[in-house]
Amino acid sequence: MPGSANPGFDTLALHAGAAPDPATGARAVPIHLTTSFVFESSEHAASLFNMERSGHVYSRISNPTNAVLEERVAALEGGVGAIATASGQAALHLAIATVAGAGSHIVASSALYGGSHNLLHYTLSRFGIATTFVKPGDHSAWRAAIRPETKLLFGETLGNPGLDVLDIPTVAEIAHDHDLPLLVDSTFTTPWLMKPFEHGADLLYHSATKFLSGHGTVIGGVLVDSGRFDWDRATERSGRFTELTRAYEGFHGMVFSEESTVGAFLLRARREGLRDFGACMSPHTAWLILQGIETLPLRMARHVENTRKVVAFLAGHEGVVSVGYPELETHPDHALARRLLPRGCGSVFSFDLRDSREQGRVFIEALKIFSHLANVGDCRSLVIHPASTTHFRMDDAALSRAGIGPGTIRLSIGLEDADDLIDDLKRALKAAAKA
Amino acid sequence: MKLAVAGPTGEHEAYVYTGGKPFDAALPAIVFVHGAMNDHSVWTLLARWFAHHGFGVLAVDLPGHSRSVGAPLASVESLADWLLALLDAAGVGKASFVGHSMGSLIALEAASRDPARATALAMIGTAYPMAVSPALLEAAHVDPFAAIDNVNVFSHSTSAAKPSYPGPGAWLHGGSRALMRRVQLAQRDANLFLTDFEACDRYRGGLEAAARITCPTTLVLGARDQMTTPKQSAQIALALRARTVSLPAGHALMTEAPELLLGALRAALADAAPT
Repeated sequence: MPGSANPGFDTLALHAGAAPDPATGARAVPIHLTTSFVFESSEHAASLFNMERSGHVYSRISNPTNAVLEERVAALEGGVGAIATASGQAALHLAIATVAGAGSHIVASSALYGGSHNLLHYTLSRFGIATTFVKPGDHSAWRAAIRPETKLLFGETLGNPGLDVLDIPTVAEIAHDHDLPLLVDSTFTTPWLMKPFEHGADLLYHSATKFLSGHGTVIGGVLVDSGRFDWDRATERSGRFTELTRAYEGFHGMVFSEESTVGAFLLRARREGLRDFGACMSPHTAWLILQGIETLPLRMARHVENTRKVVAFLAGHEGVVSVGYPELETHPDHALARRLLPRGCGSVFSFDLRDSREQGRVFIEALKIFSHLANVGDCRSLVIHPASTTHFRMDDAALSRAGIGPGTIRLSIGLEDADDLIDDLKRALKAAAKA
Repeated sequence: MKLAVAGPTGEHEAYVYTGGKPFDAALPAIVFVHGAMNDHSVWTLLARWFAHHGFGVLAVDLPGHSRSVGAPLASVESLADWLLALLDAAGVGKASFVGHSMGSLIALEAASRDPARATALAMIGTAYPMAVSPALLEAAHVDPFAAIDNVNVFSHSTSAAKPSYPGPGAWLHGGSRALMRRVQLAQRDANLFLTDFEACDRYRGGLEAAARITCPTTLVLGARDQMTTPKQSAQIALALRARTVSLPAGHALMTEAPELLLGALRAALADAAPT
């Protein structure tokens, strides 16, 4: 594959990290469903455990199939490596746990997936890790929230539920001014729509359950390191990140930043976090996600194409009050989206019906192609009505504070014929109007 | 480990990776010398293996690279002098010299300056002369980061080297690129890319140095190397009467073929091994 220029995205999506299997000649990536790997000798075993040689020991820590996925996602993102995890939530937890502990602090965007908010606000606070939430577009708030014990800044490339576009260049600059890394959740955009490392982010993760897999079949996550954050420099200047820059008794007294100038974060994340917390990915799951990634460029182009057609239809429909998609000039982050997301703003967005919760319920139940469920990023189109499902306990005032109206509908546009999707929506809107 | 090392611009602090064990000058010593735009971290697997198998290991950061302070040195000869001064500072008499690419020329020149001090010489991914294309040097003047990308492409022969370096899940192209960018960005007072590659290009003392070498010498070459092609090493191999080992890899042998390279180096340094 290597020629005289860097391979393009589509080529990397098919080839990065994989070659025909040397043992069998298998062209596709084999699924290595094995817990463990035979040592050649006692000396070989010792050298693997002591990081004198590279290789696999036990599939909780690494596996050949998972390694292909990790290298492929790292290649697509422009990173130095990656770690596959049991879920996107596990990837977020692994990222945080690698650099933060009791007494640490995080500054996070308030526009987050509910699961991420729960982890930061409720669960990690029980373990002594506090989080300050700020509006993603309020740059002064990001800066003001940073404390001496802050360990990272965190946001989503496209925030929940309003698709706030994270101004990664600006937030990264704020982070770096304080010797802090910026971690982003890149699930909604995938590297096909945006490569956050090119805009200044230092770490990112995906819920690979969504677009990377693309078929709604498996749960998984991938944590990627850009290799750009200088942990030693940050330690010298701020006293933070000794987890990576001082000898760690929990792993051979290793100083991770000495072992790898640009891969220290991933070394510790794998050798401590994956080893001890154990939220690893099944090789079968890794293989299915690899299958998805092979067609990611084709699928994302179609997701965006279909979404634009559906957005245009809804924006012109009399039963729709508003459509929250950053490509529309009415979206508050339209200009930022044009700069950071020229290929499109993904295929997940919300719109508001003109009327009540009851009409939202009728609308959902009248749909025939859209599936009513709690997921996004499937090849099939999906729909959910937050006011009658995920947020049904909230009154209208509480919904409003969460940025959700009684008639808010979230769609995840799939790969079906766009005309069929529009027909389905048109008919359901008519049914809702009659309710 | 940090050492104060005398150089042409005075004494500066040098960083040496010792393979995960405290350095013991009483053990047979190996000094690993990285190539242009790299640092000690290209050696960590090999360094750890040899350090845990009876050797005293010194994997240096050359002046102006990563953790070693001081201005980068502009010639292979001055880098060889610095390397010998570093061995003095570490209390090392005899040593095996192992270098990659530019580092192989530094190892050759250093070993030739005091031949009795060299117990073995291993030159990895080497060529002599190590001519650099005028187009690349010009690119380095104009945009060193574009030049880094260019070198990164030509340094790799595969997108799927297994086992990955330094461990599973590492993307070798990304790691190599990030390291070169980090090394370049850290050197604020010089265009390090240009300094290193011009040092390779200008070195003319290889054959004279080879004539002075008395220790066993091994060349470890990448059969698919597009930076220093195997053909370009024939002259120096003959002059050194070197044993030549060809591995199925590109120029980045440490990251593309860590297991095979370990085997080649164990053989190359067998005579220097602890008894």
